[in-house]
Amino acid sequence: MDPYCLKKLNAERQARRAALLLTDLGDGRDRVIREGDPVAGLLGDAVKQAFLSGKSGLAEIEGRSFFLNVHVPPPRLVVIGAVHISQALAPMAKIAGYDMEIVDPRTAFATPERFPDIKLFAEWPQDILEQRPLDPYTAVAVVTHDPKIDDQALERALKAGCFYVGALGSRKTHAKRVERLKALGFSEDEIALIHSPIGLDIGAASPAEIAVAVMAEVIKAFRARGLQTARHLEKTA
Amino acid sequence: MQNPTEQIRDPLLIAESWMAEGRDVAIATVVETWGSAPRPVGSHLVIDEAGHFEGSVSGGCVEGSVIAEAMDVISQGTPRMLEFGVADETAWQVGLSCGGRIKVYVERLG
Repeated sequence: MDPYCLKKLNAERQARRAALLLTDLGDGRDRVIREGDPVAGLLGDAVKQAFLSGKSGLAEIEGRSFFLNVHVPPPRLVVIGAVHISQALAPMAKIAGYDMEIVDPRTAFATPERFPDIKLFAEWPQDILEQRPLDPYTAVAVVTHDPKIDDQALERALKAGCFYVGALGSRKTHAKRVERLKALGFSEDEIALIHSPIGLDIGAASPAEIAVAVMAEVIKAFRARGLQTARHLEKTA
Repeated sequence: MQNPTEQIRDPLLIAESWMAEGRDVAIATVVETWGSAPRPVGSHLVIDEAGHFEGSVSGGCVEGSVIAEAMDVISQGTPRMLEFGVADETAWQVGLSCGGRIKVYVERLG
C-alpha cells in the first residue's frame, strides 16, 4: 500500500467522509476515491455500488482484478432537546452502536446530572452545529417542542442531507412546522423527508417507549440509506 | 470512529503511526469470504517487522500464519494472496474450524 494512500484514507475517515481504497490486485497499486469523485466506466459503477451498499468486495473488470475496500463513517445521532425521551434514548443509542450527542440551550434541562456519560452541549443548535457540522451519516431527532430551538436544527439537517431527520410533535404542530419551513424556502419533497410524528408506529406511550420507536426508525433509515445519499450527492454534484 | 478507545485500536491508524516511527509494516486484508467467516470482507490485520500485530482477519485461528507470511512480504516487498479454508489441507492445521473459507491479501506498506 502506498503510504500516501494510507494517510489520505485515514484523514478522510477521521473527517467522517466516506472513502474507498481501490487496489489493483494485478500490480498492487492503490488509490483513494472519495464519495462523489468521478470514476469512469464499469469500475465507476462498481465504486458507486460499493458506496451505496457500504460493502467491500472484489470486482473483475476488463480482465483485471480489483479490491474495493469501502469505509463509511459510523452513524451518529444528534438529539436536539435534553428531555425525558433523550434520557431514555441515550443508553439505547449507545448499545445500538450509535455515537449520540445532545444539544439544548436550556441549561435547566441540559445538566450532567440528568445526562451522565453522554456528550452534552448546553448551547443553541445554530452555534454548536457550526462547530460540529451535520453530515449524511448523522441522524437528527428534534424533541424540544420549542420551534425556536427545533427549527434551527431541522434547517441544517435538511441542508446537510442527514440520513434521518425526525421531529417530535402532534400532526397539528407538524402542520405549523411545515408552513414555517416552506417560508424558509424548503420544497415539499425536502420537508417530506422529516419523520413526523417521530418514531415507528408501535403505539409508544411512555418516554422510554418513544425512545425505542425513535431508535428503531433511525436504524431502519440507516439500513435503507442508499437512495437518500444518492439523491443528496446528485443535488450537490 | 465511534469513541476514543475504538480509535486507538483502529488497525489503519496504528499502521500509520508505526510507519511514522520508522517501523516496517505489512497490511493484511480480508478480500473474500465463503460460508461462515468470523471477520467481514475489508477487515485488517497490521503487522510490523518484529511481529507485533493489531486488528484481526479471523477469530484468531489463522492470524499466526498470516503474521509469518507478512514477515516474508515485509522483507521481499511482493504482495501475496493467501487462502484459508476447508478445501485446503493446511487450513485444518491452522484451524479455520468454523467451516468457512477466507482469502487474505498481504502487502507491504511503502
